[in-house]
Amino acid sequence: MWEVVIGLEIHAQLATKSKIFSGASTAYGAEPNTQACAVDLGLPGVLPVLNEEVVRMAAKFGLAINAKVAPRSVFARKNYFYPDLPKGYQISQYELPIVESGQLKIEVDNQEKTIGITRAHLEEDAGKSLHFHGLTGIDLNRAGTPLLEIVSEPDMRSAKEAVAYMKKIHSLVRYLDICDGNMQEGSFRCDANVSIRRKGQAEFGTRTELKNLNSFRFVERAINIEIERQIDVLESGGSVIQETRLYDADKNETRAMRSKEEANDYRYFPDPDLLPLVIEPEFLEQIKQDLPELPDDKKQRFMQEYGLSLYDASILTSNRELADYFEDTVKLSRSEAKLCANWIIGELSSLLNKNNLDISESKVTASQLANMLRRITDNTISGKIAKQVFEALWNGERDVDSIIEKHGWKQVTDTGAIEKLIDEVIAKNPKQLEAYRNGKEKLFGFFVGQVMKLSKGKANPKQVNELLKKKIS
Amino acid sequence: MHNKTIAELSKALHQREYSSVELTRHFLERIERHNAKINSFITITAETALASAQAADQRIAQGKAGPLTGIPLAHKDIFCTKGIKTSCGSKMLDNFIAPYNATVVEKCQAAGMVMLGKTNMDEFAMGSSNETSYYGPVKNPWDTQTVPGGSSGGSAATIAARLSPLATGTDTGGSIRQPAALCGITGLKPTYGLVSRYGMIAFASSLDQGGPMGHSAEDVALLLNQMAGFDQRDSTSLNHPAEDYTSHLNDSLAGLKIGLPKEFFAEGLDPEVGKVLDTAIKEFEQAGATLHEIQLPHSHLSVPTYYIIAPAECSSNLSRYDGVRFGYRCENPKDLIDLYKRSRGEAFGAEVKRRIMIGTYALSAGYYDAYYLKAQQIRRLISNDFVEAFKKVDVILGPTSPTTAFKIGEKLNDPISMYLSDINTIAANLAGIPGISIPAGFVNQRPVGLQLLGNYLNESRLLNIAHQYQQRTDWHKQTPANFV
Repeated sequence: MWEVVIGLEIHAQLATKSKIFSGASTAYGAEPNTQACAVDLGLPGVLPVLNEEVVRMAAKFGLAINAKVAPRSVFARKNYFYPDLPKGYQISQYELPIVESGQLKIEVDNQEKTIGITRAHLEEDAGKSLHFHGLTGIDLNRAGTPLLEIVSEPDMRSAKEAVAYMKKIHSLVRYLDICDGNMQEGSFRCDANVSIRRKGQAEFGTRTELKNLNSFRFVERAINIEIERQIDVLESGGSVIQETRLYDADKNETRAMRSKEEANDYRYFPDPDLLPLVIEPEFLEQIKQDLPELPDDKKQRFMQEYGLSLYDASILTSNRELADYFEDTVKLSRSEAKLCANWIIGELSSLLNKNNLDISESKVTASQLANMLRRITDNTISGKIAKQVFEALWNGERDVDSIIEKHGWKQVTDTGAIEKLIDEVIAKNPKQLEAYRNGKEKLFGFFVGQVMKLSKGKANPKQVNELLKKKIS
Repeated sequence: MHNKTIAELSKALHQREYSSVELTRHFLERIERHNAKINSFITITAETALASAQAADQRIAQGKAGPLTGIPLAHKDIFCTKGIKTSCGSKMLDNFIAPYNATVVEKCQAAGMVMLGKTNMDEFAMGSSNETSYYGPVKNPWDTQTVPGGSSGGSAATIAARLSPLATGTDTGGSIRQPAALCGITGLKPTYGLVSRYGMIAFASSLDQGGPMGHSAEDVALLLNQMAGFDQRDSTSLNHPAEDYTSHLNDSLAGLKIGLPKEFFAEGLDPEVGKVLDTAIKEFEQAGATLHEIQLPHSHLSVPTYYIIAPAECSSNLSRYDGVRFGYRCENPKDLIDLYKRSRGEAFGAEVKRRIMIGTYALSAGYYDAYYLKAQQIRRLISNDFVEAFKKVDVILGPTSPTTAFKIGEKLNDPISMYLSDINTIAANLAGIPGISIPAGFVNQRPVGLQLLGNYLNESRLLNIAHQYQQRTDWHKQTPANFV
């Protein structure tokens, strides 16, 4: 009876070397206040100068989501007092952002859905306030770090969709190489606007804004817990208050931070220290040409070129490194793409997940996997044995052929040898043979199993099947 | 030495008639003798001045000197100077020592100029009389009962009293030209963006422009040569090829079309000042110029427009003075809000507070469209007035200020009447065009300034016209009696 409405504001820290309006470094983790120059400190008389790389990155993002990259956008000052905001205003974009009206496709439960992106604008980050022993310290290293704030339409209808959208943006900014996506370090963070309404109701309900959700898991949990809270409030006759709420992961609850009514009047106005940002068509054309293949295009290509299912293609294109790993494997193994996909999505991914590793940290390289798959394809080893080979690779052994050699895992394909094994099994199991011949066909599997067992898994299963059929029929 | 032109001083230095150290000592002695009478310096940098003078003398000896090497100057205390206090005339920055030089300071240093000190000014350049300074009012050398004008009153008085041959100033609504007029010196506000704003403490960023002040157009042209130029640290800086602003000084004025806007000669203009202007205008006619009555139909809107835009920008620019990282901090704040309120409340003067409040109001939700946005629209109309005018004439002439210097205290409690002393200068800032004020005579021993406004980047032409006038007159050579 309730419909959920969600919109996300994602802050992606742009992966530039220097800050958006100064030459100071953006590297993470330095001693407090060692990466803040006079401009970042807001000393009297200093002036901001826009980092061109930031513009290039924002434009790349705009093109990738099929948005309008504004030929003219304007930096504005958002005025408010806070100790970690050195100038007393944040330089942001307000009325005229650099990116407007784009969209992105997401998949949830094997269904595609398009999410609208209202705008994406450039702004500078503030510093950090650190509280200790009743004192507050200010670290301005982060002040002036470039951010792209990506604002979606209220198009999502479940926490699951919100997560899918966030993951898609996360993957996209990494594809584009404009954000490292590191959520622990705060390079990629998100606020969610959540409201509910009765099914069929046209107007939106009152929304709350959930702040600083710094993992995919927290986004899902925070939204779901907030939905439950709003339903409780409405069903017990109350009304939702428009406010900012903070998600407490330890208690798994959201609680009010401050209400919007008390919010600052930011007194936005165009920053007179910066000229309007004008983007020439040639500049945009160049970026367009340099754009990498985007996730959706790659997915389509994987389905067509490799005959993969939507499911497989979606997983394999979910990040650029994984997609590259897959394509390298296919190329080097000269094996069926489906076989490669299965191994990557199955065995490899489960080991990566278990060890909490990224594909770039995989202990098995694409070329090792390819070598192994070649040995499956050319019948040197069986698929079953391959799992053991793969484990050996994962554990640090390097060469596929030496592993097979060392362990004597070579598949038995000699017809005579297999027949000998079959004969042995038949001889040992006369009762089963009789039962089979009397029509208990299910027992065929039993014989296959026995032969394989006897061969220690090394007999070629296909040959075993064929030869066994001849012998016992 | 203090009665010489920059060209004469430069020649003397190059011919070793005297050294830069001797020249610098001469001016430092004058400052010591006279500054107490007029209070035109906030900081006197005798030691560093002598060290720079010594370095300049070496450069001259090595033959590596330029036309300004070894020449003393004073910087308005709005330009940041590395290791030397930059107060901006405010208690807020009484303890502020910048870790960098303003581009203008850097450029003057690179030329081998010798900084004598930092001049007094209205607090954060907000004022037209130099009475809002935390360091006390500057007095006009021509009559120490009167104001020198503002906000670059310290620089203007310094030159008028011949305590320095050159000085820098800044002009947001007339802050170079009006004090130049009231002190009987020459001051140029360049086209917006010609001189870098980097390291120049912001009042109203879209209007602020640094410029040179001196005795004559020729002196001012030499200093402008050094101050102007593209600066990649200032996004609003113009990428305009370097010019030698002295190269057209001697061009003839024959055929020059001078526009006389009737709005500048309207009511409010002191009739005696009007008479001085009439005489000056005849001088231009004799030099071959023709006169044309023109209209600047929106000029009556320039003061109200300015007093929305400038405070709006200042309210934001001055937010950084919060007592957190530098500048004044109140004693024992009980919490963050108390820290903000008391630090700002105790360190800002009344005029600064007034403008922060006006600006905050003008930018507030619900008022933005009616005030700030409307003011920006009118600003465009005012600019268009000049575009139209410069289709008909080469230059616009009028009184810099409607009156001569007024008594200290006379207008301090009447902000509107104070604001109106900039009625003829403000439009040039709103439009971004250059303007110059030159001495054109006296009324009751108080100097009268004549203003010339030119089209964008027409500084050379303005300096040429001013120079030609100064070849025919000697108003710019007068020295106040107590400072000979």
